[in-house]
Amino acid sequence: MKILVTVKEVATVEDEFEIEGTAIADQYLGADLNEWDDYAIEEAVQLQEAGVADEVVTVTIGPEECEQTIRQALAKGADRAVRVWDDSLEGVDLLDVGAKTELLSAVIEEEDPDLVLTGVQAGDDSFGATGVSVAENLGYQWGAVVNHLEHGFDDDAASVRRELEGGVEELTEIELPAVLTIQTGINEPRYASLRGIRQAQRKELDVKALADIGVDESAIDADLELTDMYEPESESDVTTWEGSAEETAGELAELLRDKGVAQ
Amino acid sequence: MTDILAVTDHRRGELRDVSYEIITAGRQLANETGGDLHLAVISGTVDEFAEKLNREGVDAIHTVDYGEEFNHDVYTQAITQLYDELAPQYVLAPNSVNGLDYAPAVATRLDLPIVTDTIDLATDGETLIATREMYGGKVETTTELEGSAVATIRSAEWPQTEGTGDAAIEAFDAAIDEDAIGSTVNGFEEVGGGDVDISEADVLVSVGRGIEEEDNLPLIEELADALGATLSSSRPIVDNGWLPKNRQVGQSGKVVTPDVYIAIGISGAVQHVAGMKGSDTIVAINTDPNAPIMDIADYAIVDDLFDIVPALTEEFQ
Repeated sequence: MKILVTVKEVATVEDEFEIEGTAIADQYLGADLNEWDDYAIEEAVQLQEAGVADEVVTVTIGPEECEQTIRQALAKGADRAVRVWDDSLEGVDLLDVGAKTELLSAVIEEEDPDLVLTGVQAGDDSFGATGVSVAENLGYQWGAVVNHLEHGFDDDAASVRRELEGGVEELTEIELPAVLTIQTGINEPRYASLRGIRQAQRKELDVKALADIGVDESAIDADLELTDMYEPESESDVTTWEGSAEETAGELAELLRDKGVAQ
Repeated sequence: MTDILAVTDHRRGELRDVSYEIITAGRQLANETGGDLHLAVISGTVDEFAEKLNREGVDAIHTVDYGEEFNHDVYTQAITQLYDELAPQYVLAPNSVNGLDYAPAVATRLDLPIVTDTIDLATDGETLIATREMYGGKVETTTELEGSAVATIRSAEWPQTEGTGDAAIEAFDAAIDEDAIGSTVNGFEEVGGGDVDISEADVLVSVGRGIEEEDNLPLIEELADALGATLSSSRPIVDNGWLPKNRQVGQSGKVVTPDVYIAIGISGAVQHVAGMKGSDTIVAINTDPNAPIMDIADYAIVDDLFDIVPALTEEFQ
């Protein structure tokens, strides 16, 4: 079985930051492997270790700078990586679900995996829709918000649990090939070992331009336009205690005693 | 005229709250240009659901009597067929786990743009302006799109519509292609039972990502002991396996309503807030003064939990 995992490098934001136009100013931004994708990678690598998967390929949409993040996925055990980027993607401030679907679908079609794992959502733009959209686009089956995957794949089907709201899980059988969007907590993502990190440097990382995957530039014209970004107004009338730790803890202790706590 | 098709949510025989919220969101959008609000209720006891959904401002309710529980293939087929029949400007769906399991497929099949997890929507009939959050709630954004679209709405952002309506309730004869159904729902399971029921606790000491390491957890346990409180947590602590699932507060965990909720090192992601905002008194201890938890806290200490928690424990020992 061949597994493809979509890997995204997401932007992280410092506690204090400034907004310039419709973006957070660069100096307040960091970069990290999308948390949900980390679990998706781990699940794929575990399937490989269990002898179920023969190959784990990652695909990423992103500029050269995100290769460090891709190497993290390779260091954790993915076999090789594909990165999609070219000039036409520079300066796009919001790559929407439709555009991502076109790009990822083209790579997936070429790779022809049995199973595609994506994170439920990305920690930055949080659309949570690309995995299911890609599945529909390619005629794959799918399951959203999967928090358990049986590794047996009896009858060419994935037996999964979908994490519904309120502590309820849905037990579902999904025919392969399928896209599963992976929820955090499905496993315990590993740290890359030193050996893994060394090996990752030698693993294949293919860079493909839009033309290489047969996607026309017009396909990435976003339907959604980001028109404003601002810090949410606080609606709270929170009482903030100030002072040393002893002082503020003392204030809180007094409140708790007033409320009848620990009496 | 901006007609809206809003899809309702139900599970195990019960309509979910977001079904009444989506009526409010849909009516608001339809009102902006004088359009009609159509509801879709798919699978389950649809006639019974339709009676309950017949609230103020609903023009028509389309029932699709097929199967008992949610199946995304059935939903996708039924909604795309309803779209072809009704030609609404916008399709609204809940940003629930099930909404996210069919809405992107509906958008792709209809070749429409999709905007998810919206917290506000407005239209002039041509442009949809959607408000949503990015970077885990640190910023709000507006995004605009032209023409017809699919949008999902975050739960609890719109009030539930009350009042009885006079909607036309019509059975919609969707042609469900059974060969195209590629997944089968075999059942449900309640998780996170266990020995402690955090939803019964009067005082919760709740810990989040700010605790950094499992080895630091005893610090919080000592405080809970000193206060006679019950220990709960946000999602990352359970994901890490540091506490069992029955301690998790939030959308996918337990909804809690204690007298006092002390959120320690919890930033307050929307999924967490959904599970604890009904607490009487909310206290936040966090280094980030802009963390979303501060928006719903009644009292806050902006400081390092590793300084505050031991000092507080000492007060009660």
